[in-house]
Amino acid sequence: MRIPYNRLLSLLTLLVFLGVWSWSAMIIANKVVLPSVSEVADILFQPTENLLSMGSLITNVLISLLRVLLGYLVAVVIAIPLGVAMGYYDLVHTMFGDFLNIFRPIPPLAWVPLVMAWFGIASLADLFMVDRGTWFIYLNNFKFSMIFIIFIGAFYPILTSSIHGVRNVNRVFIDAARVLGANEFDIFRKILLPAALPSMVNGMRIGLGVAWMCLVSAEMLPGSISGIGYLITHAYTLAATDIVIAGMVSIGVTGAFMDWLFRSVERRYFAWQRLAR
Amino acid sequence: MSSIVSVKNVYKSFLTERGQTINALEQANLEITPGEFVSIVGPSGCGKSTLLRIMAGLEKADLGETIYAGRLLNKPHQDVGMVFQEYSVLPWRTVFDNVCLGLEFLQEKKSVRSERAIQYLKLVGMAKFADAYPYELSGGMRQRVAIARALANNPQVLLMDEPFGALDAHTRILMQKELLRIWRETQKTIILVTHSVDEAVYLANRIVVMTSRPGKIREIINVDFEHPRNRSNPLYGQMTARILDILEEEVVTAGEF
Repeated sequence: MRIPYNRLLSLLTLLVFLGVWSWSAMIIANKVVLPSVSEVADILFQPTENLLSMGSLITNVLISLLRVLLGYLVAVVIAIPLGVAMGYYDLVHTMFGDFLNIFRPIPPLAWVPLVMAWFGIASLADLFMVDRGTWFIYLNNFKFSMIFIIFIGAFYPILTSSIHGVRNVNRVFIDAARVLGANEFDIFRKILLPAALPSMVNGMRIGLGVAWMCLVSAEMLPGSISGIGYLITHAYTLAATDIVIAGMVSIGVTGAFMDWLFRSVERRYFAWQRLAR
Repeated sequence: MSSIVSVKNVYKSFLTERGQTINALEQANLEITPGEFVSIVGPSGCGKSTLLRIMAGLEKADLGETIYAGRLLNKPHQDVGMVFQEYSVLPWRTVFDNVCLGLEFLQEKKSVRSERAIQYLKLVGMAKFADAYPYELSGGMRQRVAIARALANNPQVLLMDEPFGALDAHTRILMQKELLRIWRETQKTIILVTHSVDEAVYLANRIVVMTSRPGKIREIINVDFEHPRNRSNPLYGQMTARILDILEEEVVTAGEF
């Protein structure tokens, strides 16, 4: 068997890091400043254990994941059609381009006060008019304010890459299709969409990453009583640094896993783009 | 014999980014009879590709008109196919699916599509690459696929815009022979834009020589000797030299050299 040296090398970096951490924790000898590797690992290896009576690591990650996916889905549904329209029709680009660029540099976190003023602690429970029972507990976890912050984070990468994807479609493909008898809808479906898809999926991958990064800020909003971001801030107030770090590791691992999923899809379906010159 | 394509008094100009008007074509007149092989040569930027795009219905003439089989051509027509200089086969589709593309647009049944795709892939000698993707093919092979794709729609006229321009010299000569064979077997009308005078003399029945910008048709030369043509034939050399002289004169008088 061939030894995967690359794997070994990347594992080595991780091991050195853990070594430095262990050694530092030993010198510092204060678990509020830096808990040991094993203390954090204990929490990570028992992900179903109830922490600070806030539910387990797994439940909180799942709640966060659902929140992110909800905001992300809204971003995908709006950004992709808008991006395709802006990429293909100059008129639409002129209409929205500058307008959207004014909002682009605003960090998602800067939206918090405005979003609070708009939505307060309203949640999906209010939307479906459920005010008690099990469903209330579930739906109340999905505050509009959080979904909005996550939406803002995911929106721009997806929009930009959709515009870019459509704009960069080789003109000769469109000309060739027209001569072969394509109508506008054929061109959209059989030329523009498949040609722009790799760029769109790439934008969706980056958008999901940004959305996931907006999570902690979204979960610090008032009215939040769960989620991995909230768990971290709450653990901080109780000086439970080991839980803070375990939460951070969970965020990192989950994010990396989602990114890997997207990359596998890209590798599997868009080989033509990588190999075409 | 009556014309299959007529270009009547066509003018075309473009606006540059700086707002200048460039006259690409002036007073272009051309009559093409069915089954002909016509080549269009001219100095670069003389509007020969523009003329072809107007015939394909991809551009509109400012003035004048193009007529196909008695009908005005102002948008792409099923009977007029085109092969481009750039590689226009879709990189995300296999060779087979590329050849089916036009048939999908024409809403042919699946059985018809695959039958025709195989038929034309065989014609261009690419049947055994049906499942390959374009990135697995050489430039010459990709252009064969583009030719098969254009022919699968069964057009009467095939427009070719420097189809072998991106190929190396050796592949180019092989592709010219292939194209002659395909022309003989399918009996299509072919209009080929090229910057290679040799290519034009080797292939065409008639050669349209254009002036420098604004492109006008300067001369139409009949090439009477039989196919396959021999490049060592003195007549071949004389004709090539004569056309090259005209082009040189055009470039020099236009002050572009």
